[in-house]
Amino acid sequence: MKVTLERTALLKALGHVHRIVERRNTIPILSNVLIEARERQLTLKATDLDLEATESAPADVAQEGSTTVPAHVLYEIVRKLPEGAQVSLEMSGEVGQLLLRSGRARFHLQCLPASDFPDLTTGDLSHRFALSSGDLRKLIDNTQFAISTEETRYYLNGIFLHVTEVDGAAMLRAVATDGHRLARVELPAPQGAAGMPGVIVPRKAVNEIQKLIEDLAQEIVIELSTAKARFRFGDVVLTTKLIDGTFPDYGRVIPANNDKRLVVDKEPFAKAVDRVSTISSERGRAIKLSIGDGKMVLSVNNPDSGSASEEIEVDYDSAPIEIGFNARYLLDIAGQLSSDTALLKLSDPGSPTIIQDRDGAAALFVLMPLRV
Amino acid sequence: MISHGAEGARVVLCRDCLVESPGGDSSRCALCGSPRLVAYPHGNALTIAHIDCDAFYASIEKRDNPTLWDRPLIVGGGRRGVVSTCCYVARTFGVRSAMPMFQALKLCPEAVVIGPDMAKYVRVGRQIRSLMQDLTPLVEPISIDEAFLDLTGCEGVHGAGAPLTLARLARKIESEIGLTVSIGLSDCKFLAKLASDLDKPRGYTIVERVQAMALLAPMPVSRIWGVGKVAQTRLNNAGLRLIGDIQALDETTMFARHGAEGGRLWRLARGIDKRRVTPERETKSISSETTFDVDTADKEHLTRTLLVMCERVAARLKKQQLACKSVTLKLRTADFKLRTRARSGFEPTQLATRLFLVARSLLEKELDGARFRLLGVSTADFAAAEGADQGDLVDKDIGRERAREDAIDSLREKFGASAVVRGLAFKATTPKRP
Repeated sequence: MKVTLERTALLKALGHVHRIVERRNTIPILSNVLIEARERQLTLKATDLDLEATESAPADVAQEGSTTVPAHVLYEIVRKLPEGAQVSLEMSGEVGQLLLRSGRARFHLQCLPASDFPDLTTGDLSHRFALSSGDLRKLIDNTQFAISTEETRYYLNGIFLHVTEVDGAAMLRAVATDGHRLARVELPAPQGAAGMPGVIVPRKAVNEIQKLIEDLAQEIVIELSTAKARFRFGDVVLTTKLIDGTFPDYGRVIPANNDKRLVVDKEPFAKAVDRVSTISSERGRAIKLSIGDGKMVLSVNNPDSGSASEEIEVDYDSAPIEIGFNARYLLDIAGQLSSDTALLKLSDPGSPTIIQDRDGAAALFVLMPLRV
Repeated sequence: MISHGAEGARVVLCRDCLVESPGGDSSRCALCGSPRLVAYPHGNALTIAHIDCDAFYASIEKRDNPTLWDRPLIVGGGRRGVVSTCCYVARTFGVRSAMPMFQALKLCPEAVVIGPDMAKYVRVGRQIRSLMQDLTPLVEPISIDEAFLDLTGCEGVHGAGAPLTLARLARKIESEIGLTVSIGLSDCKFLAKLASDLDKPRGYTIVERVQAMALLAPMPVSRIWGVGKVAQTRLNNAGLRLIGDIQALDETTMFARHGAEGGRLWRLARGIDKRRVTPERETKSISSETTFDVDTADKEHLTRTLLVMCERVAARLKKQQLACKSVTLKLRTADFKLRTRARSGFEPTQLATRLFLVARSLLEKELDGARFRLLGVSTADFAAAEGADQGDLVDKDIGRERAREDAIDSLREKFGASAVVRGLAFKATTPKRP
């Protein structure tokens, strides 16, 4: 193998791919990135056996071939090379080393054979559809914060993506929950999504997709079947295994009969929650909302450090209620509302509350109360 | 008796007639002629006691079955079993606790072996503990049959100093419970524990401050609290065989050679021990484990045992009003390799089924054909039971699970532990065919 390419192009591709590689690996080759020079392209591939990323960069290929080298080391080298530099990669004979040259810098990197590199991309994926980066970002941003980290309930460790019929229209829905809060967001199902299986996209893949959307604003092609999903961002392809489990029937979690409606300006509400919760200890962070006619008093009582309260105006005319929430969770949800006015549908201090935009936007959040 | 040579007026206490009299040279009590005397300086300042029951399990069995009185008795069990306790008759044959059963029976073939009845021992242990707690609130149990007592400032209440109060306690335990104890009295925990061991059984030893150095000097370093086999070898290799060898060094040298641990050893070697008698220790973990009669790789057997242990642990969690946030599975393979696997980060729970779900998922990953001799489950990282197992958005069934477990618990309370057995833990005995 012998190939030359621009440092910028290599860095961009490596930047996307090397993040997949775990810092600690028991299987040596998983620390490596596969590099393959073929037909005017250099293709890079990294995997942790659950998630795989590949990206290509234009290159001047003098001799085709492939090998694997330590991903983080390669990334650090390329990152530290001067801007605008040319990088040449060359297999240096018998000893199984890759020679990297740029300007007057030379690096010899230990290689492992490309034939040993694991391959995730096998089999056909049954469904294929496209989403704008804005839509995909919305699906992820609105739900990602609610993903559980609890290993015992592994089936909650991702975003549940599925198509369902709402008022006669097919909707693509993303749902995530950790048991304390649930986030649900939907948008009209794109062409090709109908009939797709419900899949749980694991947290790590979700995080990578989120970072890739930041970098590349373009249409994303999604292909999936029951066990795997592939996200194509132009040159970058992310393939992930899906969580093999059943997502709980979240429909029965969303209360249908919460008749106490509270309307509040989001910004002042979030600010007040943030201010008042300063006094609460790190753990628990319970904040009490005392809601009465036209006003809400937010209060925190922390035996160790003192107490705080603040009153804000709200639009509320049902029976007075006192209810506690985790302040952090309230702020997370407030941060995901898209309009300026929030609607809270309450039932009683022991039952889940619904939070959404007043004008009924695509996202809906359910929050368990805390006892205060 | 080791209390000779100290200056000042001395008092002699007869442990049979419980009378204190001015010290004479007589080796027998002037009133009853008993040789069971202890002597200490007038105005005794020693108030930390260690009380240890003599051959506890064996003594209880002998008490309850007098025909065993003069026979060598071993309490312990199972084919894999070890001797938990042996009576003093058996000890004359060389039988010791923690000795493998086959070896014990080789030494003493005529020994009577009885399987342990832990429930009974716990009951008796509690009775003894409550007698101790009548004397002072500062009772620190170390195990089922031994405890530290701090009698500082209790003279007024008992109308007697610590030595007489303890002698009365020993008498009371003998007459009311029918067991003998050995007592060590000194001014710190280390010396008190050491003292109780000097004159067993039915002993009473007082170690005064002035005697401490001389008493400790000829003892092997392994007598120091916390020095086990490994530490002993290490110290021996460093030329420290006797406690006196440590006494001969200065503190800085010990510290320099053995670190903070060296400092601790140096102080203990001189009988300096600042630890207080603390009645309650915070529970850090609750666990249950079992050694199988035969090594097993059988998934069903392991799972069944695991469930039973989870239930046991859950029962103790409930009793102590604790909920745990981490579970550790412990496995020892046939070749004595230890595997522990832990999981944490779940919602606090005290329900057996919850513990079992976590423990089982850990166990299933370890079933690689290896044969195991020991299985254990341990819980830690405790939170208050209040607020645990309330369920959340996803977990709607926990209320029913809780009610179910409460019902099982109350049935077991009423009709015994085997009244209700979970299906998974139930092993049907094959019905005999006619």
